[in-house]
Amino acid sequence: MRKNIIKKLEKIALEVRRDILEMTTEAGSGHPGGSLSATDILVTLYFYKLRHNPKRPDWPNRDRFILSKGHACPALYSCLARSGYFPISKLKSLRKLGSFLQGHPESTRCPGVEASTGPLGQGLSFASGIALAGKLDKRNYKVYVLLGDGEVQEGNIWEAAMFSSHYKLDNLITILDKNKLQIDGTTKEVMDIEPIRDKFKSFGWYTIEIDGHNFNEIITAFEEVELVKEKPKVIIANTIKCKGVPSMENKLEWHGKALTREQLKEVLRTLK
Amino acid sequence: MNELKATRDGYGEALLELGEDKRVVVLDADLSKSTRSEKFKKKYPERFFNVGIAEQNLIATAAGLAASGKIPFASSFAVFITGRAYGQIRLNAGISNLNIKIVGSHAGLLTGEDGASHQSLEDISLMRGIPGMTVIQPCDFIEAKKATKSIAKHKGPVYLRLLREKLPIINKEDYVFKIGKGVLLKPGNDVAIIASGALVHEALKAHDELKRENISARVINIHTIKPIDQEIIIKAAKETKAIITAEDHNIIGGLGSAVAEVLIKNYPIRICMIGVNDRFGESGKPKELYKKYGLTKDNIIAKVKSLLRYKDKEVQK
Repeated sequence: MRKNIIKKLEKIALEVRRDILEMTTEAGSGHPGGSLSATDILVTLYFYKLRHNPKRPDWPNRDRFILSKGHACPALYSCLARSGYFPISKLKSLRKLGSFLQGHPESTRCPGVEASTGPLGQGLSFASGIALAGKLDKRNYKVYVLLGDGEVQEGNIWEAAMFSSHYKLDNLITILDKNKLQIDGTTKEVMDIEPIRDKFKSFGWYTIEIDGHNFNEIITAFEEVELVKEKPKVIIANTIKCKGVPSMENKLEWHGKALTREQLKEVLRTLK
Repeated sequence: MNELKATRDGYGEALLELGEDKRVVVLDADLSKSTRSEKFKKKYPERFFNVGIAEQNLIATAAGLAASGKIPFASSFAVFITGRAYGQIRLNAGISNLNIKIVGSHAGLLTGEDGASHQSLEDISLMRGIPGMTVIQPCDFIEAKKATKSIAKHKGPVYLRLLREKLPIINKEDYVFKIGKGVLLKPGNDVAIIASGALVHEALKAHDELKRENISARVINIHTIKPIDQEIIIKAAKETKAIITAEDHNIIGGLGSAVAEVLIKNYPIRICMIGVNDRFGESGKPKELYKKYGLTKDNIIAKVKSLLRYKDKEVQK
């Protein structure tokens, strides 16, 4: 059973990675690195975990996903398109004038995008607001939010971490895409976030650490955190920037740069 | 003498009535006693959320609540809520156009003894520059109460600017508040004083003194600085040919700028702006500060007279 699910997710992840590379090359810009590191987590959410209905993006009981690290939107757009929120053919319009697929996601333009993001550090607060509304309305949806590891350098993250713990938002599930690289270098060099798990723990969170590219571990983590009550949860996912493209993996230069058409052709052959 | 009450008290009282609507939630950042949101907290504790001293989280959490169908009122001091959470406001209230009510109290020099760091003189400018934002500054308790109820019904982001000091109540209980509609308080054809917030009261005092000198000053209260009532401004300019604006805010970016933007496009005449002259304030009693920084009826009267001398010269040409 689990094996079949994982097989399916692996197949979709490969398609999403291909989309990310093709979209950003077509746009001539964008952020492939952080999109590729988050792909397996997003694929697990959209094609296994989330209770959602692409035909009814505003269904009140839907689970929510907030991409706090908005620059990884090529991964989000691909998952939304492949779930049925809009035609896959639209992915080519990324970052183009008049497209609903903006360089950073906007909720008023793109179906399925819950929050406008891009300026870092805000998504956790936004997700807390939705989680709080869920508690007030006695709805049992869950709110998933994906943070970048560089992103936790923002003070707003820790304001929200304190808040969601204080209000016992156990319907809030955070995934930290820990790819260890940010624009100016490694997070270790630029501004060390460690010990990140202890930081969340000390804020009253339930924490768990996994391999963010292992579907079995991702699925198990989502199941495990569901059992924990009265606390927000964080899944620290160890990931690789540009995961899936051997020639780009762990290379800083691919944070915010697209492949040329020639490079793309070459790279697609090695994609895994 | 009119009864004295602060606009922030109008906000607090209106929240109590608004609480009957289950969609209304109130958030504050450790200033609920000062902003008067505490009133709501006492009556509806389950829908009041203190976020602590964390304004960025205040706005972004309110955004998540708004996206879930709630009508969040988020209050703090004007200087903190607009300054410390500007990026959160721009993204969520601006770009996402979420239905967040941003309430900043203790605005302007009127905040007094706390000094320049706490006297918000740029908040209108900051909020006015965000596309889609409605910006409102009531001039008395009744107007604040009605404005609060009115913005709860209005769909879209609003910045409500409130004041700490007690001010005379000039409106009656049956006063009808309409977003975007200026209020003609006194007719007059020699000059028009267009004021907002606390300066409305200085303008009214100036009107009375000028009347004794046979100068007929029109007084207009602009409670909605964005979208501004163009019609009432253009009409005043055409009929008086002498416009003075008065506000407790930097002269750059506030009411004066908004009025100038309307006139330069529609009926360009010389206008005179009274406000804080592109500088920060300091500690002092509100009255002392108003005197030192020229936000008084006396300064309005002096400016009216010099503007009228200029107008006479223009007529003679």
